[in-house]
Amino acid sequence: MSEFIFLYRSEGNAGSPEQMQQRMQHWMAWMKRLGENGHLKDPGQPLETAGKVVRMHDTVTDGPYAETKDLIAGYTLIEARDLDQAAALAAGCPIFEVGGLVEVRPIIKLDL
Amino acid sequence: MNEVSDHLFRRESGRLVATLTRIFGVHNLALAEDVAQDAFCRALEVWKLRGVPENPSAWLMTTAKNRALDVLRRERTARTFAPELGRLLQSEWTLAPTLEEQLSPPAIRDDELRMMFSCCQPRLPETAQVALILHLLCGFSIGEVAAAFLSSEAAMEKRLWRAKKALAGSQTLFDLNGDQIPGRRKVVQRALYLLFNEGYHGACAESAVRVELCQEAIRLARLLLAHPLTATPTSYALAALMYLHAARLPARLNAAGELNALCDQDRSLWDTALLAEGQHLLDLSATGIDLSEYHIEAGIAALHGAASGIPDTDWTAIVFLYDLLLQRRPSPVVALSRAIALAQRDGPEAGITAIQEIPDVDRLARYPFYFAALGELELQRARPETARPHFTQALALARSPTERRFLERRLEATAPRLTPQRPCASPV
Repeated sequence: MSEFIFLYRSEGNAGSPEQMQQRMQHWMAWMKRLGENGHLKDPGQPLETAGKVVRMHDTVTDGPYAETKDLIAGYTLIEARDLDQAAALAAGCPIFEVGGLVEVRPIIKLDL
Repeated sequence: MNEVSDHLFRRESGRLVATLTRIFGVHNLALAEDVAQDAFCRALEVWKLRGVPENPSAWLMTTAKNRALDVLRRERTARTFAPELGRLLQSEWTLAPTLEEQLSPPAIRDDELRMMFSCCQPRLPETAQVALILHLLCGFSIGEVAAAFLSSEAAMEKRLWRAKKALAGSQTLFDLNGDQIPGRRKVVQRALYLLFNEGYHGACAESAVRVELCQEAIRLARLLLAHPLTATPTSYALAALMYLHAARLPARLNAAGELNALCDQDRSLWDTALLAEGQHLLDLSATGIDLSEYHIEAGIAALHGAASGIPDTDWTAIVFLYDLLLQRRPSPVVALSRAIALAQRDGPEAGITAIQEIPDVDRLARYPFYFAALGELELQRARPETARPHFTQALALARSPTERRFLERRLEATAPRLTPQRPCASPV
């Protein structure tokens, strides 16, 4: 098995309370399924949208960083056979309900 | 893993907005809505990865409190907040403890009730009061309120914008400790009655939405019963009426959201727990000297609920109660319901005569169930040819797909067939 990180990118998830609750329930069902099938290494963490960007020459700016559309809202660590399987798992992510996307990146193994 | 109960966000939304509006002041209603919305966005981001916390309601309230602290700090020079808290919120020494105290369970207990009374500004049209309650206290988005009323989103946005402006301009929230309660209570009861009716009789075709409107009306009526100043016999009667009708909802609407007339309802689908609770509340309402319209309507609903079918329904008592209701609320629609009950008691000819004798009967000229009732009674007299034009006219006046489908089915029943027609009243 290989490890992957899912980076969740979206521009927020505002909606009516009922819509938000439904979205959350979809997420919980999706995470539960990942766990039951042995793919969930670590559910990960949500990230604050506010933050700072630090560049060379002491240049510090407030986030958001690039386009708000691509803001990373959180991450999850996944175990999968290969990149194709990991991508297939991400295809079921409820983030698409709000027009977001999942970036699937293999984590480089230490021992080659 | 903890689960979230159905509609938790929606319910908590009403609580959060009500409490935050009290702290920020009613003129900052929009800010209160923003902070509540932020709390839900945050809950969604965190819970979806980390799971639902032990006490989701408390988590949301704490999140809203932290966000409110930020707002109060950032904007205390630019804005004024609730006048009675103003000075305490200005100073960093008192800000956090004041907010803590204002968000404690005893302080927030009456917030929803206070907001409910505030939404029922007598200056606002009744439909606007109901829309405002649905939006602010029941957490329905503008689109969801519009869908419930079969109105366009743009029209509902305009209506809610005006209503919110009136509310925000009222300077303070309704004072539950003042002497205004008895006067405003009637307006509130009426708004909840209309909210329930919107669900029960309303135009929205989606049965899930209609059930939710009825559930919300019951939840808010329960809030009236929980406070000594609003738990009056009339409030009990109103709640009884809602339970007794809600008990029949599973049989009244089929899965497709189509109406079933009373005589076509499978009474085994009636919710006996709701019927029993309705009867219990009706018993509790029978005190004092006030006999409200809600008492009478609940009484009629209880008689239907107690019968096992059309034949053993106490139509004499129902006609009597309709007569009583007519004395208090002379209305051609009530008179029509009375005529239908009378037809059950004395036969279809008596019903048709009673309909013809309704004062202001021309006010029913655009009411589809006026023509449907005439059609039903003609069917009962075995005169389908006379019934057909009545149903055709009713169909032309149908106000929603739900009514249209119902009336189409009734029109089909006038087609010649070998088996005798079953008598059928309008879908009361």
